[in-house]
Amino acid sequence: MDSSHRRLSAHSQRSHPDEPLSEHGEAPQAGSSRLKPGAQLTLMRYLQDLPDADVPPSPVPPRYHTGRLPNSKAGDGKPRLLLMGQRRSGKSSISSVVFHKLPPSETLYIETTTRIKKESMHSFMDFQVWDFPGHLDYFDPAFDVDNIFEEIGALIWVIDAQDEYLEAIMRLNMTILNLQNSYPNINVEVFVHKVDGLSEDYKSDTFRDIIQRVQDELSDNGYENAPVSFYQTSIYDHSIFEAFSKVIQKLIPQLPTLEALLNSLCSTCHIEKAYLFDIMSKIYIATDTSPTDIGSYEICSDYIDVVIDVSEIYGWDRPAENGHSEIAETGNNDAESLITMERKGNNYLYLREINKYLALICLMGDDSPAEKKAVIDYNVGVFQAALKQVFPRAERDVPQTTSEE
Amino acid sequence: MNTGKRQKQRKVLLMGKSGAGKSSMRSIVFSNYVAKDVRRLGATIDVEHSNIKFMGNLMLNLWDCGGQDGFVENYLNHQRNHVFGSVAVLIFVFDIESREFPADVISYSNIIRALQECSPGAKVFVLIHKMDLVQARLRAQLFDERAEYIRTASESFRDSVDFFPTSIWDQSLYKAWTQIIYFLIPNAATIEGLLQQLAEVIDARELILYERTTCLMVTHVTRGEEGQNPFTDRFERISSILKTHKQSMAKHTGIPAGSANFAEMQIKTGRFMFFITRLTENTNLAASIPPSEQVFNAARVNILLVRPKFAELDIASKPRPGIQQAFAHSAESDRDRDRLRDHSAGGESEYRGKGKEPVSIGMGGGFDG
Repeated sequence: MDSSHRRLSAHSQRSHPDEPLSEHGEAPQAGSSRLKPGAQLTLMRYLQDLPDADVPPSPVPPRYHTGRLPNSKAGDGKPRLLLMGQRRSGKSSISSVVFHKLPPSETLYIETTTRIKKESMHSFMDFQVWDFPGHLDYFDPAFDVDNIFEEIGALIWVIDAQDEYLEAIMRLNMTILNLQNSYPNINVEVFVHKVDGLSEDYKSDTFRDIIQRVQDELSDNGYENAPVSFYQTSIYDHSIFEAFSKVIQKLIPQLPTLEALLNSLCSTCHIEKAYLFDIMSKIYIATDTSPTDIGSYEICSDYIDVVIDVSEIYGWDRPAENGHSEIAETGNNDAESLITMERKGNNYLYLREINKYLALICLMGDDSPAEKKAVIDYNVGVFQAALKQVFPRAERDVPQTTSEE
Repeated sequence: MNTGKRQKQRKVLLMGKSGAGKSSMRSIVFSNYVAKDVRRLGATIDVEHSNIKFMGNLMLNLWDCGGQDGFVENYLNHQRNHVFGSVAVLIFVFDIESREFPADVISYSNIIRALQECSPGAKVFVLIHKMDLVQARLRAQLFDERAEYIRTASESFRDSVDFFPTSIWDQSLYKAWTQIIYFLIPNAATIEGLLQQLAEVIDARELILYERTTCLMVTHVTRGEEGQNPFTDRFERISSILKTHKQSMAKHTGIPAGSANFAEMQIKTGRFMFFITRLTENTNLAASIPPSEQVFNAARVNILLVRPKFAELDIASKPRPGIQQAFAHSAESDRDRDRLRDHSAGGESEYRGKGKEPVSIGMGGGFDG
């Protein structure tokens, strides 16, 4: 895939001590108070569907990448993802599969989107997804262009790789060129979609062709090095989730810090690969900087399913347990899980719930046997504490850059 | 029936019209196929035999009988005794979408007649398959209608035949096969008795015994208020979860699905603790326990100690190995326990309290039947 999504790491790792704290430090967080006392709900899948689920403090409003001018009027502060592209390119299917857990096979029955659909995600990161009808001409003067693009986090342009894509590219370029003047910093993410139906060769040819055409045309118009990234996606495998992960990661200003923390955790505990997952959407918001491959992402993502499904089965509301008060104290507040494989040389999987929205999942090689679990537990605890400082919640901690040592 | 090895060979016939989904079902349950892989399967020619070792002393001798008319006629005429002799279980699969349901039933009753003649003591399970193709609200009604109609054609098996709606796309497949397997297990009652004792000892809310390769439930023990768990289909669901996980591991690590077994899986939350670990060569034990580290550690140790007892049940090789073996094991586990006690610091008090009991299972409690 395109490597331009690594651009971020150029930013300083110590970017946040000077971040404006006051904005969110003041909002007293309800924490888990809306949950019944004593009922330690963990890993609840449907939390985001509760209308009154408490919303986590939005991480520091993204200050770069968004193209927002410092003096622009304050909006709702949620990063906004715009889904655009030709009609029938798969925009609504993407949003249903990723954010509503619709089985991919059911997307055949989705009807054409006729008006802009706005959906809010109350997950770890609060963001909005705007699903655009394919036929809209955004630059029609009747449209309030500013209103649409002002607070945008990323523009996701979906191209159907199985269809004639020249017109789509033309419109994409037109859009980019139009936006270039007023909002030069918008991330444009191009999803070359429905690649599952193409053969391997044809797939990469198409992908290269699309990249080539977009870049050529942009540079012909004098726009070099446009902030455009390309992904091959399909709703029938995990690629769409991975692409979204990368899109979302660009909107997290603290990403370099998170990556540094994860790197440090990995080297301390000999972890092969660590992911910080958003449990609800199964988007990973950060991983250590060692090379990723889709296989390990899929293992982790499937693993979350296992843990959530089992938790659903045995986490039901039991009638009050009398005489077990001492047990309640020793129970884990954060869910954790460990899978060890039977054969030598296979990976271990470790999951730890970091907060209501995030889970840390580690893949470990066989050089770090399960006996080290106590060490890992401890270090993950440290990691958790560090994370709390990066994303302050109820406590008004002064955030500091922290690492394991 | 009891040979020297006391290995029970049970003959299981899998029949039904061509294309009903017999081989798909078999591949998913026994050969680690994913539901969408089954479209690779071709038509079954004649009979495909497979021997499936299940729970040590139970050997399933599965006859997957191709359903094309020519083959069926052959089974009923030339091979009548060969095919229908000494059958333990007949599984007959109906396709809910079939356009010739009455013709299917006629073919069914021919087979039933042959079975009645050659193996009158057999048990019949009827699976009404591909239920996913029916609209959800019509399923129950359609299933009942079909089942009633088929029952009238079941001759002398009319009262004993069991019906299940199934689909390879959800856990209903596991539900049906769990029942079938349970029927075939020779010492289910003994296993249940032992599990019950074990559950008392480790204060488990629920213990579920799974077969390792198929992830089918063998039996389960539920204690106390866990009986009110609203997820009544949890056993099949866990089967299905485990199977999916196995396939995911196999797919992404490149290990063959048959050996992508985990040694242990634990999940700890504030509401429950759950772990699955190996019990015997062919079984995994899943335990749901209260959320407490002490109980958790004690449970793990106790399960470790009780393994030999179950292993013996699993194999049941010699006529009366019971007593000596039990003693030998208990001596061994005494040593184990002492060793472990030195190591266990955290859950010590709990452990001492409960540690003695599995030994008593090993010696006198269990295996007098």
